Amino acid sequence: MKEFTPSPDSASIVSVTDRVKPVTLGMAVTSVHFLGPRAAFVGGEENVAFVDANGEITTVAVHSGGILSTAFDGKRLVMGGDDGKVVSLDAKGEVTLLATDPKRRWIDAVALHADGAFAWSAGKTATVKSGKAEEKSIEVPSTVGGLAFAPKGLRLAIAHYNGVTLWFPNMEGSAEFLPWAGSHHAVTFSPDNKFLVTAMHEPALHGWRLADNRHMRMTGYPGRVRSLSWSVGGKGLATSGADTVIIWPFGSKDGPMGKEPAMLAPLQARVSVVACHPKNDILAAGYSDGTVLMVRLEDGAEILVRRNGTSPVAALAWNAKGTLLAFADENGDGGLLEL
Amino acid sequence: MSEATSQKIPVTVLTGYLGAGKTTLLNRILSENHGKKYAVIVNEFGEIGIDNDLIIGADEEVFEMNNGCICCTVRGDLVRIMDGLMKRKGKFDAIIVETTGLADPAPVAQTFFVDEDVQKNARLDAVVTVADAKWLSDRLKDAPEAKNQIAFADVIVLNKTDLVNKGELAEVEARIRGINPYAKLHRTERCSVALADVLDRGAFDLDRILDIEPDFLEADDHDHDHDHHQHHGHDHHHHDHGNGLKHYHDEEMQSLSLRTDKPLDPNVFMPWLQNLVQVEGGKILRSKGILAFHDDDDRYVFQGVHMMLEGNHQRKWKDGEPRESRLVFIGRELPEEAIRKGFESCIVS
Repeated sequence: MKEFTPSPDSASIVSVTDRVKPVTLGMAVTSVHFLGPRAAFVGGEENVAFVDANGEITTVAVHSGGILSTAFDGKRLVMGGDDGKVVSLDAKGEVTLLATDPKRRWIDAVALHADGAFAWSAGKTATVKSGKAEEKSIEVPSTVGGLAFAPKGLRLAIAHYNGVTLWFPNMEGSAEFLPWAGSHHAVTFSPDNKFLVTAMHEPALHGWRLADNRHMRMTGYPGRVRSLSWSVGGKGLATSGADTVIIWPFGSKDGPMGKEPAMLAPLQARVSVVACHPKNDILAAGYSDGTVLMVRLEDGAEILVRRNGTSPVAALAWNAKGTLLAFADENGDGGLLEL
Repeated sequence: MSEATSQKIPVTVLTGYLGAGKTTLLNRILSENHGKKYAVIVNEFGEIGIDNDLIIGADEEVFEMNNGCICCTVRGDLVRIMDGLMKRKGKFDAIIVETTGLADPAPVAQTFFVDEDVQKNARLDAVVTVADAKWLSDRLKDAPEAKNQIAFADVIVLNKTDLVNKGELAEVEARIRGINPYAKLHRTERCSVALADVLDRGAFDLDRILDIEPDFLEADDHDHDHDHHQHHGHDHHHHDHGNGLKHYHDEEMQSLSLRTDKPLDPNVFMPWLQNLVQVEGGKILRSKGILAFHDDDDRYVFQGVHMMLEGNHQRKWKDGEPRESRLVFIGRELPEEAIRKGFESCIVS
């Protein structure tokens, strides 16, 4: 096995497990994000737990039920709940109610724009609120599976059954439909705004080159893809769903068309969550057996962060500088690693 | 029941034609003092009079799977709702999915076969169909959905029996049995059925496919040795069997049972069954079987919904237990002769 920091006389994988500060959250966890200096672990229901550098935990109540969706822009965390509410949480731990569904329907998806606009969906309806402007809504043909703002302009991608609707909320009649048979869940724009990719209900991704809507099929996964992460500069899209980290190349104008993906860090377990480092060509991967690895994209060298033997890793995130890694499994056992 | 199975959350699918009494049954399940908490997925908000924060409105979105199989449809909304509900694991003991009166139960059932994540957390317990004793006979003639719901059922709650006389009741029961002799049938007024008779039935649990005998004894003396095609030139023909009970044969939807006390060759049977559900899966709504294979001391059990099959070795045959293979198919216009012939070719000679 290759070494991350090669040391010629070591036969086994480099391990930093002894440098991890363990965190026991005592709740089911679904994701983690760095809000300021603290890691904010999002619970399956009701609470977010802030963990500081000393491992001290402060719990903040955000929803009165299940937390169904999250979006994060580096400054605030927006969440949708089965209580029909959209709330945001900032680094100070302040909770702001952003919107309430009048029928108390589930908030299935949320998205955040760099300029502060946010979007949410309940059933077939997606709604955008931008600054002081009025809320604007659009109805798509079936329940919204995922939302994402384009990196440029106020444009929202709405994933649903049989395709994606692209919508400029400020332009009447601007909705454009990108068809592809099947049910589309998570959706993401490439950072350069050239490609749109969805994770489908079947174990596959689908992509469109936005210049000409050319299709890109990304198949071969044994399981559904639930975690997507763009590598630094948007050169690659790292994904969960297989027993290796699958990274599709997006560096050229054709994206992954006609190319093989990189397959790194194979284990006897399924990758459950991926998080690319914000500055370097490194990623962290969590597996269904509880393992957490750091992987160098260039050569696939690995460092062990957490051993296997627990429930699947559910949450994984770097801070903005890339000096801290936070993770937790489904049962809320996690850790912080300072690099 | 295996440990893995028992940890999964049981899901009861509640179907029934418009006005049969689904909501009455649902309200009973939710209001009765049983100490259990149910998450309920309904198609229409507001019909349920019980305050429960785990009532979820669904849109009944039927999605085709991209696997080239046209009868392989799932409920897309259910996949999403199950995902969300799993975040509140521990807050409820079981899930009830109510379908609209016009719904086909197959996509709901198939969701629990096809979706890996749904399968990991939940198990289909039974399809419960509420039927209206007064109007079902008419609906079976003019509403294909009603027929589907009867054919698909594990449990049939024959409701509003106070609105019909004895003869009418016997007639509607005979019509139900003409389609599905295997479901447990309960006669009720205002859906007053014991909840243990509709919940936690384990109808899709391979370990509990113990009894695939018809639910009523009269079927046993009803021999299928006459030729249906010659004698039955019109719909819903009925004839008497000396015991005074009418037997209806629904020309469109029927059940087919096969049995043999000779061992089956697994190398012939498995490909035959696979091929049968591939080719005829659109017609076969439900299938179940207990099988005795040649040179195999274990019972093999299987069940299926349309093209989807699951099966496993269940346990050792007991001493003195007759090593008999039994299969049941319920479906629409089943090619009976071909199925019987195919089955016979699987017997070790």
